[in-house]
Amino acid sequence: MAPILTVEKLTMRFGGLTAVKEVSFAAARGAITAIIGPNGAGKTTMFNCITGFYRPTTGRLTLHREGQDVALHRLAGHRIAQAGVARTFQNIRLFSGMTVLENLLVAQHRRLMAATGFGIGAVLGLSGYKAAEQVAIGRAAAWLEACGLLDRADDPAASLPYGAQRRLEIARAMCTEPALLCLDEPAAGLNPRESAALGDLLRAIRDGRAAEGAAPCSVLLIEHDMGVVMGISDHIVVLDHGSKIADGRPAEIRADSKVIAAYLGEGDEEDSAA
Amino acid sequence: MRPAGTRHLPFGAALRDAGLAALIAAGLFLPMVGLRTDVDPNGALYLRTRWTDVLLLMAIVFAGRFLMRLWQEWKAGRQGPSLGKRFAGPLSRSGRLAAPALLLFAVLLPAIPGIGRYELDLGILVLTYVMLGWGLNIVVGLAGLLDLGYVAFYAVGAYSYALLAQNFGLSFWVCLPLAGILAAFWGVLLGFPVLRLRGDYLAIVTLGFGEIIRLVLLNWVSLTGGPNGIAGIPRPTFFGLSFSLGGGPGTFAGFFGLEPSPTHRVVFLYYLILALALLTNWVTLRLRRQPLGRAWEAMREDEIACRSLGINITVTKLTAFALGAMFGGFAGAFFATRQAFISPESFTFIESAIILAIVVLGGLGSQLGVAIAALVLIGGFEVFRDLQEWRMLVFGGAMVLIMIWKPRGLVGSRTPSVALGERRTISAAMVAEGRG
Amino acid sequence: MAYALQQLINGVSLGMIYGLIAIGYTMVYGIIGMINFAHGDIFMIGAFLSLIGLLLVTSGGMLDGAAAIVLVLALSMAFTALYGWTVERVAYRPLRGSFRLAPLISAIGMSIVLQNYVQVSQGARVKPIEPVVHGGFTLMQDGTFAVQLSTMQILIVVTTLLVLAVFTWLVTRTPLGRAMRACEQDRRMASLLGIDTDRTISITFVIGAALAAVAGTMYLLRYGVIDFYIGFLVGVKAFTAAVLGGIGNLPGAVLGGLLIGLIETFWSAYFSIQYKDVAAFSILILTLIFMPTGLLGRTEVEKV
Repeated sequence: MAPILTVEKLTMRFGGLTAVKEVSFAAARGAITAIIGPNGAGKTTMFNCITGFYRPTTGRLTLHREGQDVALHRLAGHRIAQAGVARTFQNIRLFSGMTVLENLLVAQHRRLMAATGFGIGAVLGLSGYKAAEQVAIGRAAAWLEACGLLDRADDPAASLPYGAQRRLEIARAMCTEPALLCLDEPAAGLNPRESAALGDLLRAIRDGRAAEGAAPCSVLLIEHDMGVVMGISDHIVVLDHGSKIADGRPAEIRADSKVIAAYLGEGDEEDSAA
Repeated sequence: MRPAGTRHLPFGAALRDAGLAALIAAGLFLPMVGLRTDVDPNGALYLRTRWTDVLLLMAIVFAGRFLMRLWQEWKAGRQGPSLGKRFAGPLSRSGRLAAPALLLFAVLLPAIPGIGRYELDLGILVLTYVMLGWGLNIVVGLAGLLDLGYVAFYAVGAYSYALLAQNFGLSFWVCLPLAGILAAFWGVLLGFPVLRLRGDYLAIVTLGFGEIIRLVLLNWVSLTGGPNGIAGIPRPTFFGLSFSLGGGPGTFAGFFGLEPSPTHRVVFLYYLILALALLTNWVTLRLRRQPLGRAWEAMREDEIACRSLGINITVTKLTAFALGAMFGGFAGAFFATRQAFISPESFTFIESAIILAIVVLGGLGSQLGVAIAALVLIGGFEVFRDLQEWRMLVFGGAMVLIMIWKPRGLVGSRTPSVALGERRTISAAMVAEGRG
Repeated sequence: MAYALQQLINGVSLGMIYGLIAIGYTMVYGIIGMINFAHGDIFMIGAFLSLIGLLLVTSGGMLDGAAAIVLVLALSMAFTALYGWTVERVAYRPLRGSFRLAPLISAIGMSIVLQNYVQVSQGARVKPIEPVVHGGFTLMQDGTFAVQLSTMQILIVVTTLLVLAVFTWLVTRTPLGRAMRACEQDRRMASLLGIDTDRTISITFVIGAALAAVAGTMYLLRYGVIDFYIGFLVGVKAFTAAVLGGIGNLPGAVLGGLLIGLIETFWSAYFSIQYKDVAAFSILILTLIFMPTGLLGRTEVEKV
C-alpha cells in the first residue's frame, strides 16, 4: 500500500537530551498505524513533530496527498493542519465555554472564512455565507451523529462527560477534513465499553463510512497501553528510548523479543522531556 | 457545626474581630491621617495633628467590620442561594428585555422633558465610554488579549482628526474613517511584536506602549503642541451645515428655519456618538456569529487547539487588535471634535484602566454588561461630583468591591453564536478568559 | 570619562532604589502569579511615612544625623508593611483562586485608592524637605568637571546592600524562606504539607512593602521632594526591572534595577532627558519581546 506519511531519520533534541533518535517509518494510506512504547520512549515528541508543535532538529516528514507531496517539517504549525493533518490532545483541549456545535464550526474556520470574503463581506451581509454556514452545520451534525453527540449539540463542551469530550475532540478534528488523523492516547481514561466503541469509530473513519459524505482517512495514533492497540491497529511502530525497535503487523509485534524486553524490563524510570 | 435555626449570632467573636480591625486601622491612619504635612508661610514643612479624624475612621472601621462579620454569620446560617445568585438569575433572564429598553431610552433621551444640556453632556460622556468599552471588549472580552494601553488608540484617533482637520482642512466626515484607519494601523503595529506574549506580560507591554504614545505626544512640541495641546479643532457639521449661532443660511438653524440654539449641536453630538457606539456594537455582534468572531473566542479558550485546527493565530490576533483599535480611533476623533481641544492629559494610563474596568466589571464579552458598567461607573462618577477629590477614592474602592462581589462581572454568562435547537446561555464558570 | 564616571555613580544609586521596589514585584509574582499593581503606590506611601517620620523625629531637635535616619527607616518600614498587609488582606485574598483578571483589576483599583487616599489625607501639593544628608567626596577633577560621590549616594548603596543581605538570609536560611519558596513552587502541595499558605503570602507582601519603604526613604532623602503621584512611574520602572532581571528571580530584580537605573541616567546624560521614560518603556517592551524570561529567568517549555 502507498504511504500517506513517511518519516525519514527524524531526530529531536532538547538541549542535551535526545528525545527521538533517527526514527524512520511509513504510515500506510487507508490504514490505522499505532506508535507504541513505554513511558519516555519519545512517542509524544514524535507526535508533536508530525503535527507541527515541535520543529524536528533533523530529518524529513512528508505527507503524500493525492498527486502531491508536502514537506511537513518545513511548515508553520497552523499550515500543517491546513495541509491535511488533524490531531487530538492527550489532555483534551476543547473550547470549553463554547457549545459542541461551535467547537465543530471553529474547526471549519478556513472554509467558512473563505466563504465570507475574509470577514468583510459577512459583516455587510453580502456573499454566499449563509449557504456555506448551512453546509458547515450539516457536516458538523453528521459528525455529531457519528460520535453519538447529536443531542448534546447546544451544550457547552465543558459540560460533557469525559468519554464524550474525547469523542468530540475526534469529531472536531474530522471536521477539518484531514487526510491523516493523529490521535494522542485516545483510549486514556475510557472504560472497556467506550474503548471498544472507539475502535469501531476509528475503523469507520479509516474506511470513510463514519459520517455522511466523509472521505476515507488514514489514522495515526500513539498509545501507552499495548492491549488497546493490538485490537484496532493495522500496523504498529514501537519506540524505546527515542529509537525505533520494531515495526510490523500486530501479530509480529506481539512476538518480537525486543518489544517484550522493552515493556517488561529496563528503561521504565527514564523520563523524556516531552 | 450547630444546626441552622438554633444558631446564635456570635457577638463576642464579631466584637473581638472588629476590635482587631480598629487596631489595624489605628496603625494605618495614625501617621497618614493623624499627622498632616503642611507648608508654613516660610516654605518649610510642619506637622498638623488631626486625632479626631483618626478616631472617627477607627470607629467606622470598627462598626463596618462588626456588621460585616454578623452579616457573614447570618448568611452562612441561612439556607438557599446567596444574595448575589438571586440577583444574577433575573439579571441575565431580563437581559433580552434590558437591552432594547436601554436602547429605547438612549434614542429618546434628548426628547424627554426636563433633559437639559447637562444631562445630554453626561449622556455623551457615558456613550463615549460605552463605545470605548465595546471596542476594547473585542480585544479583551472576545479574543482574550489583555490590553492596558487602549487609550493610545483613542489618542491616535483624536490627534489624527485634530491634525488632519487643522493642517489639511479636511472635514470631520473625511477624517473619521482616516482616524479609524490610522488607529487600526497602530493596533497592528503594536500587535505584531506582542503576538507571543501572554497574560500579565501582554498587559504590561500594552501599558508601556500607551505611555510611550502619550510621552511622544507630550514631547513632540512642533507637531502636537506638547503639553499645551491643540486648540480650535473644527467642530462637526451637519452635512456641511455648521452649528454656529449666527443663524445664516449656511448654518443648521438657518437652513431648517429654527431659532439658533447651542442645544442643537449637543443633540447632534449625542446622536453622533450614539450612532458610532451602535455601529461598534453592530459590527461586534455580527462578527461574533461569523467565523472570525468564533475564531477569536476559540483563541481565548485554547490557542493551541486553534493552531491544530489550521487557524492562523497571527492573523486572528492582529484583526482583533486592529478592529478594537479602529473603534478606539473613531471614539478619539469624536472626542476631539466634541471638545475642540485636546492635550496629552486626556490620554493617561488611568483612562485605559477605567475602560478596562468597564469591560471587566460588565463581564468579558458581554455587550449589555459593558453598557451597564459604563453607565454605572461613569454616571456614578458624575453623580459623586460634589465629593471632588474624594470621588477617585470612591471610584477605586468601587472597583475593588465589585471585583470581590462579582469577579466575572455583572453579566458573566455567554450566549452561543449558533445553535441547532434552542440557544441556552453558558455559565461563566465554563468560559475561559484567555491567557493572552 | 569623568562625566561618564559621574553618571555611573548616579545610575547605581538610582538603580538600587528601583531594585528594592522590584523585589516586591518579583516576590509577589513568584508566589501568587499576579502583578501587584499597587506596589508602586506602596512605595509612595513609604516615602510619605518617611517624610512624616522625619518631621516627627527632627521637629523637637531630639535627634539628628545617623540615629534619626535609622529611626525614620524603622518607622517607615513598620507602618508601610502594615499597608502592604492590609492591601493583600482586603483586595487580593478574597479573590484568590478566582479568575485571573479579577485580581489585576482589583490591584488597579487599589492603586487608585492609595494614590487618592494620600492626596486627600496629605494634600496634592508637592512636599519639599531640606537636605538631611550633606557632604561628599570629590573623586576626580577633570578640568572644570569634578566627579562627586555624595554621602547620600554612599548611604543609599550601603543601606540597600545591608537590607539585601538580611533579606537574602531570610529567604535562603530560615523556615519562613523555605515556606515562601515552597509556595512559589506549588501552592497546593505546600498547603498539603502543612504550610500556612495564606500566612506565607501575607508575609511576602509585608516584606515587599518593607523593602519598598526603604526605597521610599532613600528616594525622599535623595531627591528631597515627593508627591502622591510618584508611585506610578517609579513603580512601572521597577516592574520593568523585575521583568528585565527575570520575574520571580530575586537577584535578577536587583540586577534589573541597576540596569534600568544606569540606562535611564546615561540616556538622560547623553541623549534626551525628555525621552528618558520612553527609553525605559522601550526597554521593557524589547525585553519582553526578545527575552521574555529576562536575564536570569528560567525558560518555560510549552506543554502540549
